[in-house]
Amino acid sequence: MSENMPEKKQSIVQTLELDMRLIGMIGAFIVICLVFNVATDGRFLTPRNLFNLSVQTASVAVMATGMVFVIVTRNIDLSVGSMLGFIGMTVAALQVQVLPDLLGLGHWSIWIIAAVAAMALGAVLGAFQGWIIGYLMVPAFIVTLGGFLVFRGAMWWVTKGQTQAPLDATFRLMGGGAEGTLGESLSWIFGGVAAVVAVALILLSRRRKVGHGFTVKPVWAEALLAAILAGLIICFVWVMNAYPIPKGAMKRIAAAEGIEYTDTLVWNHGVAIPVVILIAVTAVMTIIATRTRFGRYVYATGGNPEAAALSGINTRLLTVKVFALMGALTGISAIIASARLNAVDVGLGTLDELRVIAAAVIGGTALSGGFGTIYGAVIGALIMQTLISGMASVGVDAPLQSIVVGIVLVFAVWIDIVYRRKTGVV
Amino acid sequence: MVDRSGTPLVELEDIAISFGGIKAVDHVSVDLYPGEVVGLLGHNGAGKSTLIKCLSGAYQMDSGEIRINGQKATIHNPRDARSYNIETIYQTLALADNLDAASNLFLGREITSPAGFVDDDVMEAETRKIMGRLNPNFQKFSSPVSALSGGQRQSVAIARAVYFNAKILIMDEPTAALGPQETQMVAELIQELKRQGLGIFLIDHDVHQVKALCDRAAVMKNGQLVGTVDVDAVSTDDILAMIIAGKKPEHLAA
Repeated sequence: MSENMPEKKQSIVQTLELDMRLIGMIGAFIVICLVFNVATDGRFLTPRNLFNLSVQTASVAVMATGMVFVIVTRNIDLSVGSMLGFIGMTVAALQVQVLPDLLGLGHWSIWIIAAVAAMALGAVLGAFQGWIIGYLMVPAFIVTLGGFLVFRGAMWWVTKGQTQAPLDATFRLMGGGAEGTLGESLSWIFGGVAAVVAVALILLSRRRKVGHGFTVKPVWAEALLAAILAGLIICFVWVMNAYPIPKGAMKRIAAAEGIEYTDTLVWNHGVAIPVVILIAVTAVMTIIATRTRFGRYVYATGGNPEAAALSGINTRLLTVKVFALMGALTGISAIIASARLNAVDVGLGTLDELRVIAAAVIGGTALSGGFGTIYGAVIGALIMQTLISGMASVGVDAPLQSIVVGIVLVFAVWIDIVYRRKTGVV
Repeated sequence: MVDRSGTPLVELEDIAISFGGIKAVDHVSVDLYPGEVVGLLGHNGAGKSTLIKCLSGAYQMDSGEIRINGQKATIHNPRDARSYNIETIYQTLALADNLDAASNLFLGREITSPAGFVDDDVMEAETRKIMGRLNPNFQKFSSPVSALSGGQRQSVAIARAVYFNAKILIMDEPTAALGPQETQMVAELIQELKRQGLGIFLIDHDVHQVKALCDRAAVMKNGQLVGTVDVDAVSTDDILAMIIAGKKPEHLAA
């Protein structure tokens, strides 16, 4: 057939089999960082700022991974911000008002109960919305618009609008901060293990492909990719480990752990726990998307719902599962967001739904369904947060920040559409 | 010649289904024997595709009975149909355009590793094997099927039906989107599957093709069965008359 032309000479990008969109996003991220770094006289690309950036990204990025599945199946979830607030408030009230009375203040199991409750509550609420969408056939836009209003109202009901604080000390670690990190040595171990796993996965995949007699990338290309990946991981840990803990916090930690504090002592932050959670969520969600039947059906349903149904896939139940998963991830984000602030007021999560949708869409998720990657959404969240933090550190006032983010969102999607048209995808 | 002395492979008996008061299929009975190709003919809207979708599980009939090898079969969804070794090539092909050939071929029946994860490499290897047989020119294993030509997409849909050892094959206008060479390929495939003892329902608009490929032709009009005839006993004009006038030719009407 005519389309089977002899292989043309390939460019480096083709040889590496890199996703152009991924390169574009990383390029955009680097450019944004450099611009802000110049504009702030080098205050942007510091370990301190990058640490804060990573922590601030975590909550939205965790939800964005779930939003990918929602949008890929041609749905939308407008309720995640309100649901985050409702879950955050409920779980905070649990820690502040209920559990201390039952178990005693500061009991070791409080944070576990609270965290499990947050995820379970999210999964149940999400599943219920998914059931209305899948089985009662009410459009997702309407159901989750309803959820957006209901959860925000219900949040107020939980505590009559009272702010809940302070949260359980262990629970708080999941929000980052001076104590909420892996610390230096653990961070190195974490980075080392992550780098080894990444390289091992590349090698394993290559060996399997060779075993089936498929053509594989040249050895140098594979080695280069593995080296870049491992290098990035180690670099990230190194930067996080270069951010010293402030003296005040060190005295507090030293006192808590019974270590004598001296002025010569230097402790560094290391990788923040919310970032560890984000990395774990990203890994699990990527496995679900690419290696499980459920993930395969999510993409098949998004590409052609009729074909999916004719292949025996229960697309209604799939909708319930997708929204339940989105809810559980919203629960995780609620943990991170409330723990970071160490308090929950009625405004928690406001506008988060739009940030989450924007992150997924900037990351290349097509609203027409069928296309989107987990890592794309995470990088999308990172780009958004970088823009917002960068503008704040340059001194751009809040209204202008919104305007810029809005323009960037539309621009990014337009670029994506042009890219898809050029490459013939969609 | 097809041996019709034994139990039919498929018996569709008195099938009826209506949508909003319109009788799409109005008490139609057709049967199919092993190694036989039965053509289903009729105008657009005659009810051919609807009838066949009752067998493939896409629709649920209002009344009637389906028997496979003489046993009553309950088919509520496509999964049930597949469990009776019924495979369907839909007119629309029913491919997820965003997925590659292997993912489409195994959609709903993925090969998984012992740990329960889908094994894309094994599925691609299997896809390469069957495509090597059906369409040796096919090379685009890593592209989404939206990037394939009409003929290549068709061969993916056919491969999906053939791979899983179908006993009963439903083909809804399998050559509508194909050029002459690819149409010939499908014709040869049908002959080969027939020799292997499959029963095939073939929906087609091309009367000449039905004469050439089928053993019997069942003609439908306005949801009703006009008649089932042995293609060797009738001319193409007879069949056309059945489609247009909705009457059996006089020399066959007993």
